[in-house]
Amino acid sequence: MVNVALIGAGKMGISHLAILGAHPDVQVTGVSDTSKMVVDAFRKFSKFPCYTDYEKMLDEAPADAVFVAVPTKYHAVMVKKVLEKGKHVFAEKPLCLTVGEGQELVELAASKKLVNQVGYHNKFVGTFRELKRIVDSGDLGEIFHFAGEAYGPVVTRPKQGNWRADPSEGGGCLMDYASHVIDLINYTLGPITAVKGAVLKPLYSKNVEDSVSALLELSSKVTGILLVNWSDITYRKMSTSVTIQGSKGKIICDANELKVYFNTEETPAGYTRGWNVKYVTDLTEQVDFYLRGEEYSAQIDYFIKAIQKKVPNTINNFQSAWQTDKVISLIKNNTTL
Amino acid sequence: MERILFGDNQFFAVNHISDEKSRAQAIKFKNDSAILKTLDYAMDAGINTFMCTTHDRISNICDFIREHPQQYSNFSIYPCMPYAHKYANAVTELGVVGTLKEYVPGNFFGSLFKGGMAYLSKDYLSIMELLIDAEMKMFKGIKTPVIFLQNVITDLLLGLGMTDVLKAFHNYVIKKYNAEPGFITMNLPRLLTVLNEAGIQNPIICASINKAGFRMSGGKKTYEELLHTKKVRVVAMQVLAGGAISAKEALEYVCSLPNIESILFGASSQGNIQETVSLIHQYDQGITSRKAG
Repeated sequence: MVNVALIGAGKMGISHLAILGAHPDVQVTGVSDTSKMVVDAFRKFSKFPCYTDYEKMLDEAPADAVFVAVPTKYHAVMVKKVLEKGKHVFAEKPLCLTVGEGQELVELAASKKLVNQVGYHNKFVGTFRELKRIVDSGDLGEIFHFAGEAYGPVVTRPKQGNWRADPSEGGGCLMDYASHVIDLINYTLGPITAVKGAVLKPLYSKNVEDSVSALLELSSKVTGILLVNWSDITYRKMSTSVTIQGSKGKIICDANELKVYFNTEETPAGYTRGWNVKYVTDLTEQVDFYLRGEEYSAQIDYFIKAIQKKVPNTINNFQSAWQTDKVISLIKNNTTL
Repeated sequence: MERILFGDNQFFAVNHISDEKSRAQAIKFKNDSAILKTLDYAMDAGINTFMCTTHDRISNICDFIREHPQQYSNFSIYPCMPYAHKYANAVTELGVVGTLKEYVPGNFFGSLFKGGMAYLSKDYLSIMELLIDAEMKMFKGIKTPVIFLQNVITDLLLGLGMTDVLKAFHNYVIKKYNAEPGFITMNLPRLLTVLNEAGIQNPIICASINKAGFRMSGGKKTYEELLHTKKVRVVAMQVLAGGAISAKEALEYVCSLPNIESILFGASSQGNIQETVSLIHQYDQGITSRKAG
């Protein structure tokens, strides 16, 4: 049994808690949140021990691992405290507000030899896993160009909300939405090392950008575009996609479906020349407990298995999330709001 | 419950396998008249129950139904609440407390906030009741014999171990709306165990049941065993596994299972509606005659 505590019972925290609560190898030993209303609800209706002070929880609750799902601004200090207590950490994305803070966490986790993971859940989506497999197979030939996109209806009116509307706390579409796409490109195609141009634009928000457009270059010198907009009301929920064109084929992939065209007979097993379409239904592994998407359970399962030493701590570790933070910083420095 | 229930995913661009198809559906069903026409096709095929989410646009459909009582005299709606994306997007924008402030009607929430005192269990359950009432408003005057809790909420409460809230939903639906409560879930075996332990016997549960094993958490075998041995009134949804398997194969499988009271499906075209309905009847009759033989 792995004892797990959680800091921050907001949108992602509550979702993680439900999955942890149903996990056969997990015992939830503490939940902390600063909202009295949220903590009181957990006290009344759940069996989880509750705290309003996370430091008290870290001292008192027996935990092998801690989930940190608080606004990004607090990641640096809270994750550091958790690591210093010798506990494994699952942190929400993005890792930190600055590259310097992130580096400190990467180094600390490595020196303490603790399992560390960040919630970039797309890597656990069946279609994106298959995308990575096809790219790695080399069957797309020489990569010419890529496009990473994400759209969704988060800010669709001129109204200021919570911390996500405050740039100093990690708000904005770049940190929240674009980070997912950047992370997916880093993972699938190799690290983004240069930003050739970027525009961050508020649409409805006053203090943060609602859209991001950027021209990116990989270490391999391949270039592509990033187009992200969280003020697009034509989407029901966040939709992320990656398009890659190579000399031997082209692939268009989102969380539901993967469409790939091969120009030649050299294809991976299960594919043929011309268009191939695979659905997430064909590519998804069963999970023991489902909430909002298999990927949310799969990423937690992977983290727990890494603690149990059943899988390596390679997917979504702090190091890879820090690479994403670096690209976020490159985009920010390329532009002014 | 009727054997076949008509669903609404196609009307609201919910497509589990393709964003492109989602957009095509959003375009096709831009006008309410397109939705009403498709409901007519379903009624022509003998389906008189519409199981739908409490999406804003459903209130227009409800207006039309109220204005044409004769046409819809045999028609029922099974509301499924809440329309989760509305709240999920609001939580991203406003936070948990901000979202409740936005959506809980009246002054109730404001007065709670000013107090600064400890929240009592009944306060939370009152908030839930107010939210249910807000979602049910649009169905006034329409038959709603079964009211469902959407899977994202059912499964959230299930994972958090908040069985009392599930029970409170159950009791409130009976008390206030004189209707049967139902639960949508992606985790049928776990939910049934928890509901039984809470004293809710033979509940109505809507769950993914399909030959591909898609979204059948805990595995297809566990589901099949449960259907053979447990007391539960199941509505099978996602029977086509998002379109991953052929309609024939999919419906033959689901019709062969015991304890499935209803099959829920959605379709956009008259042809698909008729085909699905006739396949279900065909496989049902096949099983009945095999049993008789």
